[in-house]
Amino acid sequence: MGTDGDVMEGHLSMLREYLPILLFLGIATGLSAIMVIASLIVARQHPDSEKLSAYECGFEAFEDARHKFDVRFYLVAILFIIFDLEVAFLFPWAVTLGEIGLFGFWSMVVFLGVLTIGFAYEWRKGALEWE
Amino acid sequence: MGENGFNFMPAWPELFLAVGGMLLLMIGVFRGPKGREAAATWSPAHAINARSVTWLAIGLLVITAFIVSGQPIERSVIFAGMFVSDAFSIFAKLLILLGSALTLILAIDYNEREQMARFEYAVLILFATVGMMAMVSANDLISLYLGLELQSLSLYVVAAFRRDSLQSTEAGLKYFVLGALSSGMLLYGASLVYGFAGTTSFPGLAAIVADQAAEAPLGLIFGLVFVSAGLAFKVAAAPFHMWTPDVYEGSPTPVTAFFSVAPKIAATALFVRVMIEPFGALGDQWWQIIWVISILSMGLGAFAAINQTNIKRLMAYSSIGHIGYALVGLVSGDETGVRGVLTYVAIYLFMNVATFAVILCMRRQGKSVERIDDLSGLATTQPLLAAALAICMFSMSGIPPLAGFFGKLYVFLPAIAAGYYGLAVIGVLTSVVSAFYYLRVVKIMYFDEPAPAFDQPIGTAMCIVLAGTSLFTLLFFVYPAPLLGAAAVAAAALFAG
Repeated sequence: MGTDGDVMEGHLSMLREYLPILLFLGIATGLSAIMVIASLIVARQHPDSEKLSAYECGFEAFEDARHKFDVRFYLVAILFIIFDLEVAFLFPWAVTLGEIGLFGFWSMVVFLGVLTIGFAYEWRKGALEWE
Repeated sequence: MGENGFNFMPAWPELFLAVGGMLLLMIGVFRGPKGREAAATWSPAHAINARSVTWLAIGLLVITAFIVSGQPIERSVIFAGMFVSDAFSIFAKLLILLGSALTLILAIDYNEREQMARFEYAVLILFATVGMMAMVSANDLISLYLGLELQSLSLYVVAAFRRDSLQSTEAGLKYFVLGALSSGMLLYGASLVYGFAGTTSFPGLAAIVADQAAEAPLGLIFGLVFVSAGLAFKVAAAPFHMWTPDVYEGSPTPVTAFFSVAPKIAATALFVRVMIEPFGALGDQWWQIIWVISILSMGLGAFAAINQTNIKRLMAYSSIGHIGYALVGLVSGDETGVRGVLTYVAIYLFMNVATFAVILCMRRQGKSVERIDDLSGLATTQPLLAAALAICMFSMSGIPPLAGFFGKLYVFLPAIAAGYYGLAVIGVLTSVVSAFYYLRVVKIMYFDEPAPAFDQPIGTAMCIVLAGTSLFTLLFFVYPAPLLGAAAVAAAALFAG
């Protein structure tokens, strides 16, 4: 009996650690519901078909998927992702630079060097010219 | 290696080749035609640039091979246990470098004639080679995956290198989709292995697996099955071979030649290391998987190739069959078996490069032809070319005293010694079946009505590669000791630890 109670107690204390998350979920759901409902009630509504359609990055939301588009958009997007990720690596590196020392510093310099070579290649190839 | 010092020496060949590859990328792009227009349309200026960059790349591969052969054969582990250099990795790396260099030489003239010569080709091959070298030196599931992806991403691009050809882009896309699927399976397996063993390092896994070999957790075995399925995809063994015929047929021929040697050798070496080093103690579990894969590959390679009319497709099925034979050595799972696998892939490298050199010479009035019938009567029009291809075909079907016979001998002997009689018998039978289509090529060349001759000359570099590889295949039996000895040392390194 006693051991069962202990197990129960253990579970409860474990669940108690998750209480802030439960509170956060509740507040988040409540707050977003209030925002949506308030904008429905308070704001003036002038709906038209353009406003009601889903926003899909400049494309029509529902149409033939076999649609011609300029491949340059995707080229720019791909090039953007590379440098986006680079920044994602740079933040933790910058924060911990004091601890990882010279080896950490030069590792990142090598990484940036490799990225720069890729950048020089795409620039010479004309991937950055729009017209 | 000191406590705080960083020892890069064992990884020096990879670092050298990676930096060299990036340097060549810069040389190529700054010396070549510039801007969007030049990128969109091909001009002879591209060919001049491509030729110099390709020869520089071949030089880099040769220098790297010298660096690799100068490495100490003792096992050394660096990068926090991620990277290992031992006799096994050195042997595999030398084969990979040789395969890459030879197929690059074959590509130069072909790419120019087909107006697809661009310097990126050589650079991509270099990056793929770096990835393969990292694969065979992997000592951890994570570094394994890193090397594998560096290799695969470069290969997807070269498969679609002739980007205005529908077939080539289709080959690239198929390879990409199925390659991504197989990487996913491998990663899923690796995550299960990590979940049930708590480590990704090979020595760590080996210790845990040896500890619980009797009652290994089901999840670990499940993970092992997925990892081996992913690796079987990469070596193109049946039933994970579906991408091979289409990719081999659709890719430009020099790319097919490259695919059929270097990545295949790298993936086979990786397969062997993963099965023997971390999962060696689970041999009772995995030998059944390899046994089935091996028999299916040998059977498919023998029977599916019979109906082919395209020589590249024929070579695709033939390569599936050869992987089946190589895996026979892995089933035995001992030192002689691994020596057999290494000997087999080494001999396969020479036979295959010679065969593809002949296929690259198949052109009439400036256009490449790929049908087997196009070879008819080659013996009367170009006797030397026909003789080279005949040597390769006899060798591939395993007729003594050519090299291919010894390759098969050294994988079947350990299988018999280990008691896998059924496997050996099936191997010999499928070998007889496959002899049918290999010998049919010889018959077409020697006994059929001559078709118009192929274009000549075929180029000096091509002649040297063709003569060298086919003479090796023919005369291997005279002095086999160096290769067998090296393979034995390499195999022993895998069982030392």
